[in-house]
Amino acid sequence: MSTISVLQEGPVNALALNKDNSQVAIGGRNVFKVYSIEEDCFKEICNLRASKHLNLSFSCNDVAWSSTDDNYLATAATNGHVCVWNLTKSGKAMQEQVYQEHKRTVNKVNFHSSEPYRLISGSQDGTMRYFDMRCKAAVATFLSNTESVRDVQFSPHMPHTFAAVSENGSVQLWDVRRTEKCIQQFTAHSGPIFACDWHPEATWLATASRDKTIKVWDLTTSKPTLDYTIHTIASIGHVKWRPQRKYHIASCALVVDCSINIWDIRRPFIPFAAFNEHKDIASGVAWRGDSQVFLSTSRDCSLIQHSFKDASRPASKANIQALDISTKGNTLFGMRVPVSTNTTKPTGLMRKSSTSTISDQFHQSASVLHQFTHVSVCNDLSSFEFLAKNYILYGRSFPEMCEHNAAVAKECGKSNISTIWKIVNTMYGELYVKIQAMHNNGGLNLMNNVDASSTEKKNNDVVGEAAAAQFSSADDDVEGEDQVDHTAVANGYHTYNKYGHPKGDFSFGENELDLELDALSIDYRNGMRNQNQLQQQEDWTLPNEAFNIRHEIRDRSPPPEQFPNNNSPDFNDDSHSSTVDEQPTWLVSVSKIPPMPIWDPSASLIESLKHHAEKGDVQTSVSVLIVLGEHRKNLKTLDENTVTHWLMGYIQTLERFRLWNVKALVIELAWIPSISQMNQQSTRINTNCSQCLKPLQRSGWLCDRCHSTDASRCSICHQVVKGLYVWCQGCSHGGHLMHMQEWFSKNKQCPTGCGHLCEYR
Amino acid sequence: MGQIPQNTRTLFVEAFLQNNRLDHVSQVMGYHPSYLDNFLKTQNFILRGDGPLPYDYRHYIAIMAAGRHQCSYLIQLQKQEFLVQGGDQSWLKGLHCIPQKLRNLYDINKILAHRPWLLNKSHIEKLTKGKDSWSLAEVVHAIVILTHFHSLCSFVFPCGVNQELDQAGGYRYPETLQMLNNPGGNSVAAATGVSKKSSDPKDIPIPNDTRPTAGKILNGGRLNNFINKIGVADWTSGRTQNQSPPSPTEPEVGISTLMQRMKTLSEQTQECTPVELAKRFENVETQSAELGAVGPEPQGTPADIGIFIEDTQFIYQDFAKRDEHQSIPTFRVQDYSWDDHAYSLVNRLYNDVGNLLDDKFKTAYNLTYYTMGGRTDVDTSRFRRAIWNYIQCLLGIRHDDYDYGEINQLLEKSLKTFIKSACCYPECVTKKDYLKVLREFKHSEKVHVNLMVLEARMQAELLYALRTVNRYMTN
Repeated sequence: MSTISVLQEGPVNALALNKDNSQVAIGGRNVFKVYSIEEDCFKEICNLRASKHLNLSFSCNDVAWSSTDDNYLATAATNGHVCVWNLTKSGKAMQEQVYQEHKRTVNKVNFHSSEPYRLISGSQDGTMRYFDMRCKAAVATFLSNTESVRDVQFSPHMPHTFAAVSENGSVQLWDVRRTEKCIQQFTAHSGPIFACDWHPEATWLATASRDKTIKVWDLTTSKPTLDYTIHTIASIGHVKWRPQRKYHIASCALVVDCSINIWDIRRPFIPFAAFNEHKDIASGVAWRGDSQVFLSTSRDCSLIQHSFKDASRPASKANIQALDISTKGNTLFGMRVPVSTNTTKPTGLMRKSSTSTISDQFHQSASVLHQFTHVSVCNDLSSFEFLAKNYILYGRSFPEMCEHNAAVAKECGKSNISTIWKIVNTMYGELYVKIQAMHNNGGLNLMNNVDASSTEKKNNDVVGEAAAAQFSSADDDVEGEDQVDHTAVANGYHTYNKYGHPKGDFSFGENELDLELDALSIDYRNGMRNQNQLQQQEDWTLPNEAFNIRHEIRDRSPPPEQFPNNNSPDFNDDSHSSTVDEQPTWLVSVSKIPPMPIWDPSASLIESLKHHAEKGDVQTSVSVLIVLGEHRKNLKTLDENTVTHWLMGYIQTLERFRLWNVKALVIELAWIPSISQMNQQSTRINTNCSQCLKPLQRSGWLCDRCHSTDASRCSICHQVVKGLYVWCQGCSHGGHLMHMQEWFSKNKQCPTGCGHLCEYR
Repeated sequence: MGQIPQNTRTLFVEAFLQNNRLDHVSQVMGYHPSYLDNFLKTQNFILRGDGPLPYDYRHYIAIMAAGRHQCSYLIQLQKQEFLVQGGDQSWLKGLHCIPQKLRNLYDINKILAHRPWLLNKSHIEKLTKGKDSWSLAEVVHAIVILTHFHSLCSFVFPCGVNQELDQAGGYRYPETLQMLNNPGGNSVAAATGVSKKSSDPKDIPIPNDTRPTAGKILNGGRLNNFINKIGVADWTSGRTQNQSPPSPTEPEVGISTLMQRMKTLSEQTQECTPVELAKRFENVETQSAELGAVGPEPQGTPADIGIFIEDTQFIYQDFAKRDEHQSIPTFRVQDYSWDDHAYSLVNRLYNDVGNLLDDKFKTAYNLTYYTMGGRTDVDTSRFRRAIWNYIQCLLGIRHDDYDYGEINQLLEKSLKTFIKSACCYPECVTKKDYLKVLREFKHSEKVHVNLMVLEARMQAELLYALRTVNRYMTN
């Protein structure tokens, strides 16, 4: 059996198989046909809409095929009719009975499984009607007392019982012989139930609802028990148990999700198998007698026979390893282990293994969970938090933000990051513009100088490379755990800090200008290449102390001797090699452009950001990108996926540190739609009433349950606090921010007189 | 002279808390507290609750929506709200001053307001692609706000809701009434004739009392005493119920006849052929196309609201007369219904709003006190269903399981004209029209009819809009 399909002229609403599963009837608004199912195709046997007298009773919501007599079909029409069709006749006579008893649309028809001629219908008007095909009118009418009945199904276990599910979320069990009252009724879902299905063997009833769940009820006892709940991603329109597989059930959604999912009810969060052939939502599922083949119809106008071997298995794609890192650097790692290696117990904390012999779909499996504790204390974490809180990402001018952020980074000892900010400021800030102007004046000089410097650079090539390598490894140390190096950097920094000169306090003559430019270009180059390390050449840097920006950068670069030769284990080979590789290209490109108009720093900046991100410091990369604002468009080669990744990483880390405000800010400032849309999902958190713990949804100061505002009164003025409410975490009393401030400037105890010594800071 | 029922009063307090005023719309809706509850919750949620759009956008979208029907009342209210939310003052200079992103929404606004059947995938695509693009969640949020305010216009005009006190053209208290503002207001109010209009206390629109909370809010409670005066403009003058004879030109079918017809309809078994039924739907559609608006179109647009309107020529066109007869078939509610499809979609893209809307639609549709005029224990379901389906029929939505012949039997021509005008040209409806129809009905029942216009229209617009979004998503 293979997957075959046939296209119809309109959307199909329902399908039904005959009793030996060789033919299928399909119905919709513009479709009503019978096909025989051949080996590799569907063959049309009969088109019931061929009649000239088409009307609304031909447009069906549901089709049912008599389970005793192959010649009878029944349909539920959208106009409230229930029609019985005799396939042995032709033309108008085929429509053997038309029951016009329902006042509203009929949603379902269902034949009795053993009694011939008997069928039942459920309608939007809230009634169910029991028909005998030999009679002109309904034999019995059942009033559900609900707005509408969405599905009716005869029980395969109890011949007189049928289940009806309705709009208000209730399930009713009826005996066909008792029309006055249902045998049993219970509320199954919080929204309308769209479908139900009896398990072919067990006494289970599956119900599917708009609340995005499928529930399996055990009806053996008088009180129904909920055995399983499956959570789906969309409202479910149809469910059908898989024959010969006790725990499997097929479902299709009403909107959004076009695939047909087969669930193992014991694994309620991921489908056991999925069929994605349909392009629009599937409207019906019918199993062809055995567990491997089923047919489905869809609103994309197709009828498809699916073979189980073509299914995709979402569960197999699921990640079988899991990893999480706490803010303290502790790591949890869970993974599947081969069952046979059950003997040794690794450093894991827990071990859970489950065995199952129920069906061939399951096998023994085991998993381990490791916990790794971070041994060394590393102030990286606190600095992360500090930086996140203190960075200014918007609202000021670009240079101001860079200056501020550089100072912040400096304050917590992240001198290298501080340098990045300064370089970014230099490259894209006001000076950038100034330099452009300078270029116009001294373009020729600059060119010569650049040439000169590049020659020199060539001579120093080896040295430079070595230095670069050392620096980047030093970088790693700062980021990592090696405290010695870090202090070294910090010391060096402080020493050089003394040379600081106020900004703008420089002036130079004609000759100096050249030097200035030379130095600048070197600065740039080094900034680009090594991100934050300046070439350590005293002769270049000394004459230019007065130059504010440059001097800042120079500070950052202590002579190479200061660094012990680095042998940090997490030295990053990649970053090293990339730094080295970069150099020749750069040289070539500079010497190639004769006028050297404005040198575009973006490539190097990207390199720098990538370097940081690779080391796990997405904070720097993301913050720089955010502050860059409009300048971002110059970074053309930085692809959006990478940036999205960084942003996500940063946001996740912020979440872990519970820095919600910063997180919200970053999302807000993110320029990538998929990120900024995160804030469009629910971000609301309600406070609870302090008396009854009901969430205060309407306003923060009035409880709907207590009808009082007691909880939000200021303990000083006894008025309701509608704005910021400050309270003591010790005694939970509080009030207006200003009032409390005033109070605690004079007093120590709680203003309510509770005697608590509140701590107000 | 009745007290305001406790539940209505609680709702008024709630309305005040939300809006910092007890606006006239809420006051009129106070006839139906169960509905008012849902209405306030929904309106508060879509304007101030959790949602993808920024607050100033939401109010501006509301202004744009109300502009389609030149509803200065709603525009004024929303302008204030817009400023309160920190909206950019310059946007209020007109549509040319707003960001391109908002401007892009105008097409959908226009189409949804007047000819929702013209909406197609390309409109959604235009919004969600390219520069200044909208996310789908934002689109759905905007659609909900647009439809809410379009249909609210269909309530404001036909109820004759006046400007708020602080708005230009709002009610001014004559000196003589000032003195009535005292705690013993009950008797005095009765003496003015404002409240003694009816022998039946049930139909006093909103009885006066000295509510401390709402009263305090509203200028010392005097507003409440004269709610009739200002909330629904001067109902007293038009108080003709059970007294005035139907005007000779338009003989009105009395309630007794109506009830007789409903009885006959429920007794008769459906015997007409489905073909006949289809014909009846078309008949109702074409007949409705022949009904004009109740009043003349308002002359010109005031400048202060004209700046929020573009393309004033684009107005309702009868569905039966649509040019695109072939390409746009009748919308079958059985193929895309609120319960099955629209609800799930709207809830998915805009958290929780589906439940609120669902409750609101259900309340409006099922609301009944089993009364009709002065009569009690009447099953009004047929009458209500006829009104609901007639409104949706005007917008090209057909319920397969409804015999549209019933509409012609239950809704007389004058009522149909009123409903059609309220739904399609609300700006033409005045309080006079409100008073002319359904003379034997009570105010609360007439307000209920207007509520149904509001809700049926909103549901219809939402169905079209969400079906389009659905199509956009699946392909």
